[in-house]
Amino acid sequence: MKLQLQFVAFKTILIKEILRFTRIWVQTVLPPAITTTLYFIIFGNLIGSQIGDMDGFSYMEYIVPGLILMAIITNSYANVVSSFYGSKFQKNIEEMLISPTPNYIILLGFVGGGVARGIIVGGVVTIISLVFTDLSIHNFYLTTLIVFLTAVLFSLAGFINGIYAKSFDDISIVPTFVLTPLTYLGGIFYTIDMLPEIWQTVSLANPILYMVNAFRYGIIGVSDINLAVAITIIIGFVVALFSWSLYLLNKGVGIRT
Amino acid sequence: MSTALAISNLTKTYDNGFQALKGIDLNVEHGDFFALLGPNGAGKSTAIGIISSLVNKSAGTVKVYGNDLDTELSAVKSYIGLVPQEFNFNIFEPLVEILVNQAGYYGINRREAFEHADVLLHKLGLFDKRREIARNLSGGMKRRLMIARALVHKPQLLILDEPTAGVDIEIRHTMWEFLQKINSEGTTIILTTHYLEEAEKLCKNIAIIDQGRIIENTSMKQLLSQLNAETFILDLQDPLDKAPLANGYPIILKDATTLEVLVDKPQDVNALFTQLSQQNIQVISMRNKMNRLEELFMNLLKQER
Repeated sequence: MKLQLQFVAFKTILIKEILRFTRIWVQTVLPPAITTTLYFIIFGNLIGSQIGDMDGFSYMEYIVPGLILMAIITNSYANVVSSFYGSKFQKNIEEMLISPTPNYIILLGFVGGGVARGIIVGGVVTIISLVFTDLSIHNFYLTTLIVFLTAVLFSLAGFINGIYAKSFDDISIVPTFVLTPLTYLGGIFYTIDMLPEIWQTVSLANPILYMVNAFRYGIIGVSDINLAVAITIIIGFVVALFSWSLYLLNKGVGIRT
Repeated sequence: MSTALAISNLTKTYDNGFQALKGIDLNVEHGDFFALLGPNGAGKSTAIGIISSLVNKSAGTVKVYGNDLDTELSAVKSYIGLVPQEFNFNIFEPLVEILVNQAGYYGINRREAFEHADVLLHKLGLFDKRREIARNLSGGMKRRLMIARALVHKPQLLILDEPTAGVDIEIRHTMWEFLQKINSEGTTIILTTHYLEEAEKLCKNIAIIDQGRIIENTSMKQLLSQLNAETFILDLQDPLDKAPLANGYPIILKDATTLEVLVDKPQDVNALFTQLSQQNIQVISMRNKMNRLEELFMNLLKQER
């Protein structure tokens, strides 16, 4: 398939994916907006006022980057896993599989949809946060890079989950038992300096810690983690998950007999 | 005439050890309307799955318009339009979007895809429903949507896996006319169906597959000429107590006004009517007990087993 035709195929999948989640915006965009508003009110305003400053910033200012990134993580993941598994379940994934669209374009299309939802929901959460605090961006390019890479990373993770999933239970197990604990323990609500030394070391094994801190640095200029290490780890994960996804797609795992 | 599909020694063994295809060979010429028949589980859908790259083959080669499935997959896919047995579109998408998206996967830009989708929806009587989601369609409409979707990229080889299953007779006839038309315009069609009168009416050539092997592969005309006896049902004007005797024609009295008669190929039915008439038996109508192809199909399967 010529490159120009591949681009048309990519655009088709991307538009289809964006239309899918925007058509059901009450299920996809609204809930994270409400949840995050509650976080801002409860943790930021009510509890945060009792906690005081953290790394020289108010508690509200400190948790805003983490909450934005949490919305991006969960939504890019959820979008791809539910869309891909839904396509498998209804068998309309076969529409793509019988076409000349290369597998990497199928993968990029689904990931593009996940990134789009992550960024839209992240944008909505950012706008809501402006009601509660002033948000000035310390490093725009770094912030944009981390948002993009994180959305790509978790879209890929959702894709792999979707490939292996054999029932609707399987698409909620990873978010419930892996993603949510890692996100909450990834330094959204605290700096790891507050933890005992052993738990600081354990926290370093959590990849989400690197994303949250890199993003927080981009917004307010403070981080528990070396930025170069954080970016290297994120890119490493993106490359590894992309290769794994493409391998599974080429092998036809879960989608071809 | 070029070869649309060339299959050689195609074998498929599933992970559980079941051998669905045992080395089949098949050629379908360009412009053909080809029937691939067989009982349930014979291997038809597996063969179609392999040709359309949804099932990985175990051995053998598949070529579509000279392009090898193993080395020129993208070209092979671009030639094929597939109507699968099960509905496999997104039921929450509007019809026109289903078609436009499918076209997009073949690299057709949206403007062109919308134009072609509208033409197909018109031809298949679905244009009024173009903005409705597919879930709201009737069974017959869903079948037609699948045909429209398979044709949206103008394939040269259309594969139909039981396209009229569960469709009422009126819509079935409309679909037959449509398929005959696109075949006459140059689209090669491979059809699997359990309605044998459908295959007899539409197809020029035929292959019968059973237990993973091709047991017959010939022209429809040639196959039908192999039928050496036909069973007819005669409806009578007046009731009878017992089956009448007619020299050379075994007759069974099915009920008081219905006879079943076996007529061998060299025999003619005029002689039968003469003999019945001499016994004052008035026949008011006559029909085949089974479709001719159905009779042959059953005979072939019996021979193989």
